[in-house]
Amino acid sequence: MRFIDPHIHMSARTTDDYERMAAAGIVALIEPAFWLGQPRTQVGSYIDYLSSLVGWERFRAAQFGIHHYCTIGLNSKEANNEALAEQVLEILPRYLMKEGVVAVGEIGYDDQTPVEDKYYRAQLALAKEFGMLVQVHTPHRDKRSGTIKSMEVAVEMGVAPNSVVIDHNNEETVKDVLDRGFWAAFTIYPNTKMGNERMVEIARMYGSDRIFIDSSADWGVSDPLAVPKTARLMLDRGISAKDVEAICYGNALKAFGQSGQMKEEHWLSPAPVDQRMLFEGNSVLRGQTPKVGEVPSADQRAGEVVFK
Amino acid sequence: MNPLQLLDQWLKARLPADAGAWLATTAKALQSGSERDFYIAISLVSRKIGKSDLALTSAELAQAAAARPGWDPRDWSLDQAARVYLLLAAGSDGPVFSRRLDQLCITADIGELVAFYSGLPLYPDQPRHVLRAAEGVRTNMKAVFQAVAHRNPYPAEQLPEAPWNQMVLKALFIGISLDPIVGLDRRSNPELARMLRDYAHERWSAGRPVSPELWRCVGPHATGAMLADLGRVLEKGTGPERAAAALALASSPDPAATGLLWSYPDLSVAVTENKVSWQAIANPA
Repeated sequence: MRFIDPHIHMSARTTDDYERMAAAGIVALIEPAFWLGQPRTQVGSYIDYLSSLVGWERFRAAQFGIHHYCTIGLNSKEANNEALAEQVLEILPRYLMKEGVVAVGEIGYDDQTPVEDKYYRAQLALAKEFGMLVQVHTPHRDKRSGTIKSMEVAVEMGVAPNSVVIDHNNEETVKDVLDRGFWAAFTIYPNTKMGNERMVEIARMYGSDRIFIDSSADWGVSDPLAVPKTARLMLDRGISAKDVEAICYGNALKAFGQSGQMKEEHWLSPAPVDQRMLFEGNSVLRGQTPKVGEVPSADQRAGEVVFK
Repeated sequence: MNPLQLLDQWLKARLPADAGAWLATTAKALQSGSERDFYIAISLVSRKIGKSDLALTSAELAQAAAARPGWDPRDWSLDQAARVYLLLAAGSDGPVFSRRLDQLCITADIGELVAFYSGLPLYPDQPRHVLRAAEGVRTNMKAVFQAVAHRNPYPAEQLPEAPWNQMVLKALFIGISLDPIVGLDRRSNPELARMLRDYAHERWSAGRPVSPELWRCVGPHATGAMLADLGRVLEKGTGPERAAAALALASSPDPAATGLLWSYPDLSVAVTENKVSWQAIANPA
């Protein structure tokens, strides 16, 4: 089985992670523009970060046979620095149409302040202007109401629900998101957000329509193998292979594939020009067929498939 | 025809109607459009034009070389050609052009960087872009480095000796061929030969292989101890390595090099009869 991790911050990860992800069957990933754990204070550091998402990080991923896509946006935390936010908004259009940019993201609410709201709306307007998808980060605190507000504002701004991915869902938000016609992504995380045992139950209850999972692995305690590990757990607990495939691969591709920038053929039959430009070697071409959820042994936590 | 007209003609002949129309309209609009439009148009190219090979015929490659000596776009893709075309078509002079180029490079993705660097030989006010070329040589992305170093006449024409030497050494260091570097033989120099010889010793000490192409830039400056190194390769090397050492000795001005080569009659004959070449060493069958 192949996997896509549609939300992972590879800039914060090592090449060991890339190696293990490729070995576990991850063929493609999406790196949303986010914050770095410490707020940026200059637009210049924002520019260099966004450039690395379309440049250096893409090159790094390619060395391990993984296709790297990204979303570009001003995150909600840093939106609260209005002087910075104005300048970032000014330069965003220079990135939105670049190759492999699949959505405006991750944007939305953190503390749900008026300034966050201002820049969320401004970026929804950009998404409309450029005909792009939107990837929404839902808040950690006051989650349910923040999630509903994110969707209401998107609709109010004229963005169609099926072009919006609502991320970091849980048991309390999923029904609203699906009922309103949005895509529902779940972040499988050790300690916070969703554990994967809970994810199995969600799959049992809601099936696999418009639902998918990601690792959101970053510079904090997180696991870049969350998607393949959860796939294994779902299969072990009796979820059908078809549903697992949809939740861990197909639906993310369907959602973000609407951008026209992410296509299965990129990893199934890469164009010669792609090989020439980027790839040191391609795991698909080398004929490797990783086992479902196969986890290389290097990592201490590799054996722990269950996320609490 | 100049390079701008050639790019226009080649792209027109290859693009489907809608993509060709977009390119023509955009090129025209950019002559009076805003900076914002300019940057967005350049980034839109891969979405509008696609990334297929430009695939020039040999006649077209001859046109390229006639329009701009040394220009060799045989490896270019459609988006690469279209980006360089738009840059040139926007029609700005040296200072404005290089300011825009700097801005483009600051926010570029990999494909764009490849296009911008491979276009160096076509830009107005050639000497103005030396620092840009040297910056391209400092990249860690192989495809970007190759855009400066391979089939690009700009470095040999404009780079001072120090960055030129860095470029050649770095090509070996990251494992890409020297043969496609334009002006490689013309720009060889004693300092580069010394750097390469030191590099070969470093590799030998570590028990790692040394690219046979390395000796191409050593040969013309090989005397004294360098000849001993070439002797070592003749004695212990693989087939391609020995052929390379023989070619290097043949290009040395030192009479002792000739003597050394003659002590290996088989190789000596192969060199005289053109049975070995740097091109064949660079492209093993």
